[in-house]
Amino acid sequence: MDVRDAPDVLSVVQTAVTRHGTSREALIPILSEVNQALGYLPTAALTEIHRLLKVPGSQIFSVASFYRMLSTKPRGEHVIQFCESAPCHVVGGREVWQALQDALHLNPGETSADGKWTLLTTSCLGICGVGPVVVIDNDVYGNVEPEQIPEILARYA
Amino acid sequence: MKYYRSHALVCVDPECLAKGAHEVLDALQDELVAQGLIEEVQVLETSRIGGCANGPELMVYPEGVHYAGLTVDDIPYLVEEHFLKGRIVKKFLAPIPKRVDEELGPPQAKEVRVVLRNCGKIDPENIEDYIAEDGYLALAKVLTEMTPEQVINEVINSGLRGRGGAGFPTGKKWQLVRQAPGNPKYVICNADEGDPGAFMNRRVLEGDPHSVLEGMIIAAYAIGASQGYIYCRAEYPLAVRTLNIAIQQARAFGFLGENILGSGFSFDIEVRMGAGAFVCGEETALMASIEGRRGEPRPRPPFPAVKGLWDKPTNINNVETYANIPQIILRGASWFASMGTERSKGTKTFAIAGDVKRTGLIEVPLGITLREVIYDVGGGIKDDKAFKAVQTGGPMGGCLPAEYLDMEVDYESLTAAGSIMGSGGMIVMDEDTCMVDIARFFMEFTQDESCGKCVPCRVGTRRILEILERICAGQGRHGDIEVLEMLCEQIKNTSLCGLGQGAPNPVASTLKYFRSEYEAHIYEKRCPAKVCRALITYEILPNVCTGCTVCARNCPVEAITGARRQTHVINPDICIRCGICMQVCNFNAVVVR
Ligand SMILES: Cc1cc2nc3c(=O)[nH]c(=O)nc-3n(C[C@H](O)[C@H](O)[C@H](O)COP(=O)(O)O)c2cc1C
Ligand code: SF4
Ligand code: SF4
Ligand code: FES
Ligand code: FES
Repeated sequence: MDVRDAPDVLSVVQTAVTRHGTSREALIPILSEVNQALGYLPTAALTEIHRLLKVPGSQIFSVASFYRMLSTKPRGEHVIQFCESAPCHVVGGREVWQALQDALHLNPGETSADGKWTLLTTSCLGICGVGPVVVIDNDVYGNVEPEQIPEILARYA
Repeated sequence: MKYYRSHALVCVDPECLAKGAHEVLDALQDELVAQGLIEEVQVLETSRIGGCANGPELMVYPEGVHYAGLTVDDIPYLVEEHFLKGRIVKKFLAPIPKRVDEELGPPQAKEVRVVLRNCGKIDPENIEDYIAEDGYLALAKVLTEMTPEQVINEVINSGLRGRGGAGFPTGKKWQLVRQAPGNPKYVICNADEGDPGAFMNRRVLEGDPHSVLEGMIIAAYAIGASQGYIYCRAEYPLAVRTLNIAIQQARAFGFLGENILGSGFSFDIEVRMGAGAFVCGEETALMASIEGRRGEPRPRPPFPAVKGLWDKPTNINNVETYANIPQIILRGASWFASMGTERSKGTKTFAIAGDVKRTGLIEVPLGITLREVIYDVGGGIKDDKAFKAVQTGGPMGGCLPAEYLDMEVDYESLTAAGSIMGSGGMIVMDEDTCMVDIARFFMEFTQDESCGKCVPCRVGTRRILEILERICAGQGRHGDIEVLEMLCEQIKNTSLCGLGQGAPNPVASTLKYFRSEYEAHIYEKRCPAKVCRALITYEILPNVCTGCTVCARNCPVEAITGARRQTHVINPDICIRCGICMQVCNFNAVVVR
């Protein structure tokens, strides 16, 4: 990402803290909001949250690393979430996973070298009725067949 | 063999022909000739590319691009862009089915909708719709006519049990919280719904949020709480949004906030979002998460009823538990208790997934048999295959075989059979499912989701997973089954929370009911369901093979040899068992053994 386009870390944190307050119970909502806005939690953001909430840095990091949705590593331009839960698995999820592997050559959690894709696995998204399910950014694809993967990815070209 | 850069497959099924597939095919040929590409692109006729609804359809390999709704006039542009310039033409791409509401159809025979009664019927973003369906009438009745003790008694008499997993009697729990010393008291709604395959709670939150709010307000009145939280998983953004709208409207109408309906009773609710950790559905972990800490369970007792959120007495119930409350108050405990079995009353929602004809949400009276659920409500097994197993209760539940189809669904009988009710996920599996693979799969989930706090769960699940992976990879050893059984027993007895205690269930139940499948994997190096790759081989039937060469051209590792019109042969040493040859052979000449 171009540095000039990057949202200002400190102002994102400030906005989140203003919205949720500085009590201890506000920590996870704040982390979620910052993660959402920036795509991940840069060290500068964690430091600023530590300063404003007066929660020890080690505890902030321990919370940030516990939850799957919070990431301390930058993510790619498009985030692909593949549902790896059983209902999707038994209706063909495995073949779809293979197709994703063939197309991207990424392990779960990895970001492609060009920064375009991050491949994540997720547990059930609660829309198993249309499994297998793949979510790219905010688009949900249901009833996915392995053959459709190249075409779906092409939409984000 | 002639080499083509790409293959263009045109569907020539009747549906596509009716829409002009032949003309498109001819136009494509002509245009490829005109552009000098006919030596590079092979045009083939094929069948059933897509849904057949928006033909003519065209599939281009190796890119795997799927075009639909083509006309003759589109062809020159398509050929120029795709085949000449190598650019995918987005406007011709077949629509990919996005998320659709296949979840909740009209009620099937044997369904009784109490919790789901308003879903799909009312506008969830309009409180007046809910009020028109007798919404908040139960709250008004409670505040004007009933003491907290009377409310608790009504819930106890109804026989309602928690719908979040363990099935603890709800009225009993309320009574404990009411009697516990300490102030303030809290009410929490568990909307974490982490079980794979379960989306009953999401549907209620998105379709009828006020029924949950009303249930929580009544609970708060009964136990004497002034603050409530709904802990909703972040994977459900629409549910969170709907809840927040509902809360605002309920405040505006005086159902939430100070001095509710002029009764002097005050109560308010906030939504808290999870951040993607399954274990946060466990009640003590959930409360830690609300407090802003890592979501790790702690030992119970003390139970939340005594020492919960910020160490105060706390009532925590599932979404569906609360959604039942207004109906119980309005229609009476005896109405509710008239449904169900001796010890399991009322209805239960289930999310049926897997190899069943009608997947989706259902609500049935407890006591219904599994057969009725799967065949009468679910429409039976897909493609009329044979039923093999049903997994109930999510990742901490078990797999039940055909012998249990006539069992009545209630808390006790499921537990006795080695599974659990859980929150209501039900995964139906047909004959093509490998039970060892399924057990491995669930273990992968629990192993991944173990919070790591206690050793049996963290290390034990890893050990089980390693053994299962080895068995599926064809390296099972004598003694594996016995070690698995021992591990299951130990993890179950020594883990701190329900995750670890229930984690062995998928393995223990498959060991119990599908032992021969484990034995086939270990001793005969055979996967009876033909799923585990290391244990199967692909073969071409000589008398069926026409020598069309399709399989050989599609095999990614060139494992198939044979001349045109001659029987083809697969070399098992090269074959990576990808199954492509089986998919592409038009004559069903490829088989798995
Ligand atoms: C690992 C684990 C996950 C759980 N997940 C959920 C859940 O997603 N939703 C839920 O309501 N209960 C869940 N529970 C059960 C809760 O701990 C608790 O029993 C329940 O919320 C109580 O509500 P009820 O009495 O209405 O069932 C889970 C339990 C465990 C051990
Ligand atoms: S049983 Fe597993 S999930 Fe539960 S506390 Fe122990 S390690 Fe954590
Ligand atoms: S299964 Fe795959 S690798 Fe094996 S022969 Fe068939 S196409 Fe080739
Ligand atoms: S299992 Fe994939 S969405 Fe539920
Ligand atoms: S090549 Fe053997 S059936 Fe096609």
